[in-house]
Amino acid sequence: MRGQTPIQAEGRRVVRNGSRHWGLSPVLETAAAWLLGFLWILPLLYAVWTAFHPGEFSTRFELGAPLTLENFRRAWDAAPFARYFVNSFALVTMVLGAQLVLCTLAAYAFARYEFPGKDVAFVLVLLQLMIMPDVLIVENYRTMARLGVLDSIPAMALPYVASAFGIFLLRQTFKTVPRELDEAARVEGAGSLRVLWEVYVPLARPVYLAYGLVSVSYHWNNFLWPLIVTNSVSSRPVTVGLQVFSSGDQGIDWSIITAATLMSCGPLLLAFLLFQRQFVQSFMRAGIR
Amino acid sequence: MSRNAIHGWLLLLPALAFLALFTHWPVIGTIWDSFHATPKGGRPAPWVGLENYQVMLGDEVFWKSLRNNLWYAVGTIPVSIALAMLMAVWVNSKMAGRTWLRMAFFTPTVLPMIAVANIWLFFYTPQYGLLDQVLGHFGAGGRNWLGNPETALACVIVVAIWKEAGFFMIFYLAALQAIPPSLAEAAAVEGASRRYYFRRVVFPLLMPTTLFVLVNAIINSVRLVDHIFVMTRGGPNNATSLLLFHVYNVGFTYWDTGYAAALTLVLLAVLALVAIGQFVFLDKKVHYQ
Repeated sequence: MRGQTPIQAEGRRVVRNGSRHWGLSPVLETAAAWLLGFLWILPLLYAVWTAFHPGEFSTRFELGAPLTLENFRRAWDAAPFARYFVNSFALVTMVLGAQLVLCTLAAYAFARYEFPGKDVAFVLVLLQLMIMPDVLIVENYRTMARLGVLDSIPAMALPYVASAFGIFLLRQTFKTVPRELDEAARVEGAGSLRVLWEVYVPLARPVYLAYGLVSVSYHWNNFLWPLIVTNSVSSRPVTVGLQVFSSGDQGIDWSIITAATLMSCGPLLLAFLLFQRQFVQSFMRAGIR
Repeated sequence: MSRNAIHGWLLLLPALAFLALFTHWPVIGTIWDSFHATPKGGRPAPWVGLENYQVMLGDEVFWKSLRNNLWYAVGTIPVSIALAMLMAVWVNSKMAGRTWLRMAFFTPTVLPMIAVANIWLFFYTPQYGLLDQVLGHFGAGGRNWLGNPETALACVIVVAIWKEAGFFMIFYLAALQAIPPSLAEAAAVEGASRRYYFRRVVFPLLMPTTLFVLVNAIINSVRLVDHIFVMTRGGPNNATSLLLFHVYNVGFTYWDTGYAAALTLVLLAVLALVAIGQFVFLDKKVHYQ
């Protein structure tokens, strides 16, 4: 390897100079890392403190402060959160379901078929990596109005169901499947779709999991587009519901607002804490291109 | 066309249809609508030529938002990338408590921006907020951080950095784990310092990741406006109005969709520049191998 020669030379020089670290001692470095970690988690700890204690302790930090679930009960009663959760759940399910089907089919075409116009089609797909539906709110709103689906779950889902990211990710994965497996299945008389279903999809399972987690967290957390296309309790997802709730007539009762905030993060946060490793690995897998 | 080609296109068709309807068509529609007035009362919108763009030139909020967005990008991108790299190096080392650290850094990624914005709003609140309480101990309390045009944008930038750094960390972590351990061993045998090993070996190998993260960070600086809705609503005196937020206001508060289309086109132009920049840079050598 060419790169080693300068390393060797410089390495000797460094040994002679006797500096083996960053310039920081390992203890100091660990302390710095922990401090940053603490700062990063601090807003969340703060919210947990406020939400689980009575209002008078929301800005006072005393060890003996009594714990309570009252704030959660009051937040839950003050707005139709149950309905919001159902809507959010329907939204992420619809988006993910449609994405999996559409992206699988398209990725299969890009990975294993030769056809005229393939390169142009691929560029047209990748365009969406740059120009996401998030910035096309004005035109997409018009389209939804023309389709007559405003204020519904499909209105929130439709712009996202064909995902360039998903197509790209699955295409990369399908390309790594050995051709022999594909051919063996075809020799046994399987059609294209059965080969896709029985050979490609099972082999890509970890990638599906990764993509699923990324997609679910994205759409559970999405705000701007749902805010624009929904205007009633029957379709609002939890993010928009929370915004309506906290900017409404709650005044500034921080205990209730933080309780509502934690509730809206709840399902994802809980899933993340339980399956931390899978989450991190999924985001990592989805990020490697 | 061969059977194979027809199959390929059929597989692609559903995804391409959705992309055409919700990505390609809206882009063309944005250009078209930006030369038309806002339609009124069911009549088709009249052609107004460059009038929307003339309005834009005289629109102070637009220029303010553009400047703000530039500062938002300048403030968010380098810091979050540098922090992400640092976090990844720490989490990838044998440091005590690294699992805990990874969780602390990554948690903001899975939380909805709109929800954590509530927590940060509380954090910044004068007198009651944690920030003011802590600063009060040092005699520097009593400031309205979000209410002051001079500090509001910085507060919003801090939230964006907090939200993004852990997400970018994941990509660096994946890249660090892909570096063969033999390189570190060789460097250690030769007595190279960690600083030297990072600067001359790790940092160059991370360059493709940095480019990838940079592109994502630029896109996010255009896209990430959710917290503005909760924390400042663009105020005070438009000090935190960002481009996409201005598009939202013009399009969905004042319902001036013609002008909103012209503003959207500015966003699309920025994204196109990023795409071209990425294309040019990808040709250059970003890491040596």
